[in-house]
Amino acid sequence: MTYDERMQKVSVLGAAGKMGSGILLLTAVEMCNLSLKPENRGKSFVLYAIDISEEGLNGLMKYLKVQIRRIAEKKMVWLREVYAHRADLIENGQIIEEYIFDVMNLVRPITAIEAAFNSNLIFEAIAENQDFKVKIFKKIDQNNQGKPWIFTNTSSIPISVLNKEAGLDGRILGFHFYNPPAVQHLVELITIKENTRQMKEFAIAYAKSLKKVVVPSNDFAGFIGNGHFMRDALHCIAEAENLMKEFSFAESIYIINKISQDYLVRPMGIFQLIDYVGIDVVRFILAVMNPYNPSENLHSPLLDSLFDLNVKGGQNSDGSQKDGLLKYEKGKPVAVFDLQKRDYISISEFSAKCDEYLGALPEKWQPWKSVNFSKNKEELLKAYFAAIKGMDTVGAQLAKVCHNRSAQIGKQLVNSGVANSDEDVNTVLLTGFYHAYGPINNYLQ
Amino acid sequence: MKKMQKKIYMAAGYNTISMGTGRKEFNPKKERPGLEYYITEAGRGTLAQINGAVNVDESVIGNFMASRFNNQGHLAGFIPMIDEGLKFKPSIRVEAACASGGMALITGIKNVLAGADTVLTIGVEVQNTMKAIYGADVLAGAGWYKKRKEGHAYFFPDQFGKRAGAYFDKYGKDYTRKGLSRWYANAIENARLCPTAQEYHNTNPDPESTCFKMEPNGKSFVDYLNVLDCSKVSDAASAIAILSETGLIKCGIDRKDAVEVVGFATSERNITLEPSDLTVMETIKDAAHKALANAGVSIHDLATIETHDCFTIAGILSVEALGFAKPGEGADFVFKGNTARNGLIPINTTGGLIGWGHPTGGTGVHQAVTIWEQLTGRTGEAQIEISEKKPYGLSINMGGDDVSVVTIVYKKEL
Repeated sequence: MTYDERMQKVSVLGAAGKMGSGILLLTAVEMCNLSLKPENRGKSFVLYAIDISEEGLNGLMKYLKVQIRRIAEKKMVWLREVYAHRADLIENGQIIEEYIFDVMNLVRPITAIEAAFNSNLIFEAIAENQDFKVKIFKKIDQNNQGKPWIFTNTSSIPISVLNKEAGLDGRILGFHFYNPPAVQHLVELITIKENTRQMKEFAIAYAKSLKKVVVPSNDFAGFIGNGHFMRDALHCIAEAENLMKEFSFAESIYIINKISQDYLVRPMGIFQLIDYVGIDVVRFILAVMNPYNPSENLHSPLLDSLFDLNVKGGQNSDGSQKDGLLKYEKGKPVAVFDLQKRDYISISEFSAKCDEYLGALPEKWQPWKSVNFSKNKEELLKAYFAAIKGMDTVGAQLAKVCHNRSAQIGKQLVNSGVANSDEDVNTVLLTGFYHAYGPINNYLQ
Repeated sequence: MKKMQKKIYMAAGYNTISMGTGRKEFNPKKERPGLEYYITEAGRGTLAQINGAVNVDESVIGNFMASRFNNQGHLAGFIPMIDEGLKFKPSIRVEAACASGGMALITGIKNVLAGADTVLTIGVEVQNTMKAIYGADVLAGAGWYKKRKEGHAYFFPDQFGKRAGAYFDKYGKDYTRKGLSRWYANAIENARLCPTAQEYHNTNPDPESTCFKMEPNGKSFVDYLNVLDCSKVSDAASAIAILSETGLIKCGIDRKDAVEVVGFATSERNITLEPSDLTVMETIKDAAHKALANAGVSIHDLATIETHDCFTIAGILSVEALGFAKPGEGADFVFKGNTARNGLIPINTTGGLIGWGHPTGGTGVHQAVTIWEQLTGRTGEAQIEISEKKPYGLSINMGGDDVSVVTIVYKKEL
């Protein structure tokens, strides 16, 4: 089966979800582009958008329409060539409308899993629940005579476990997009020894066509991305808990969030990132990873407590941030949840006290946005961390501790065989987490 | 037109800000003023300098495509909105693509020749109502519709890109791009001196090398021009009064505060045909020399020119069409600084279409306002020296790809 033939019948499971909708969009566009090739004219390309939520599927179709338009507007030069044979399509606007129709026309929103029984390729982006995934995979595989390939978006469950439990004979691999899939350039590719060469080549070809950066990760729970994020988060939680001896809960969270954002020059603080992913999701990932890492305790009672109080974070269907550890206004944190008071406390009430405790940021400091998009990024970072290295304020000390721990986690991922190289770890953090620099670096040496 | 049959003047010019990307206050995600706002601001700006609408006999409004950019036709009906005093007075809308503003001026001049004493002339376009990729469809209306299908996504950048490509082939790519980049830098440097210019806030320390280093990329844009070679998408209006000698008196305007229109021409090329030579702007050449002949002056009598640099290559080709440089030498003429504000012939002294902005149907009137400002010493920081030996200005306003051209020669009152 050629690449184009396999892409003629595809399903996305969990298509209305946060990750599924992005995967569906990218796949629908890819399939449409294939269908528009002269040699594929007249051939049928069908993409089943499978989800349990009717409401979610309605929202999905609206999301698709908006996003396909954006994509079309950016490739107008190419689209005019593609539709050159259509005498009725003259203006850019007409061609864009036709392209939107052509992409959406191959998407079949449906709530029945049976739709996947005839697909050659199945992308899975359902809840991060091993038993549920295994059950669904088994059902599809038993009813699909075409021996479909399954690309799972799991961010933590070992692929070899899913393969064995569902009896897939190596017809599954990890194809882990980052959130949001339509924007983030990174894909972690997790293959297992049972995968065929054709399957791996197809996965790489598909990623390349989507213009994704592929980083191979070995099949260890959490892979590279969550392998770093979860341990980094747990370390920061521990640092915050340490501060709670002197500061309130909210103040401690604020301080470490500031350290992990401003002092480490990251796009968001660690607690904002936990909210972005969702406290419930982070707990789930930790729970998946923990049994596979017996020498570590990948678990946070603090996150359990927040979860029990229904403080969960995550995102609304329109992509806006839900309140979690932090409360947000127009996407920016304005208050911190206080576990003792069980309510949000405005950051303005205590930020001055905490900022004074941390001391001033070095003069060389610039926010992540300025640094990350600067042509002189490397020099800016070197100068900034050189300044931090020579400072003994509390802020600088905490920054050094958190920076070194992040580097240590990165090294650990390489040493334990999760990642093949320092570069792979750094690429994941740079492209999947939008960090301005990789965790394995020499800035503080 | 051979000679002016009577004395015609222009005075009381007004430009709104040219709004669009580049201006700090521009936010494409927020609601912005529409046609009504720009027409009113410009119209009232002129009325305030001629002692009110009572002195206006007729009005002309030039506009290209409000019917598509703003879903609005029938623009003459907006003239009485400017001032109650314009109610029941004659008003007309004219269209000649990007030469609509120039054609409005010519219509105003003809109205004065026909007996009116004061004509309020406005040019307007509000284009930021849609993304550039859809705006390209609208602007393609300045070409022949039957060519749209085979045309490029960015229709006019490609049309003029082909002119640049032909010039590259004949005279060398780097040689040409050096001239184009200097043209761009002049536009930016001049615009920085004019508070209403779209590039007024531009702080690039070296626009010339920025433009030169930006290689044209046909995959995302067009083959032979980069985005800096192109004028921007603009919202703006300009207004000016066209007056007879009696009109000057009625409006209480001293001759020294006016410029005399000493010659003009319009020229038209068949829109259904390709240019006979991509490296020559034959209609501009025709119209410019006719206007100069009518005025009885040569290019060496000109103190300043406003030319239609919708694309940098159009600037270079205009210089050649006027005769400042031989074919193929225009790029070098510009590169050496001859068209800079302190050069042999200062061109587009407030930025032109690339620096000040290009509100398509308004551009022709903006050019007249700029020449009037320069010849009467009103240009503020952008003022150039006007010597008594060279008291003339020239504006060249083009519609489509060298299809409709309006040229006007102005004289400073000595």
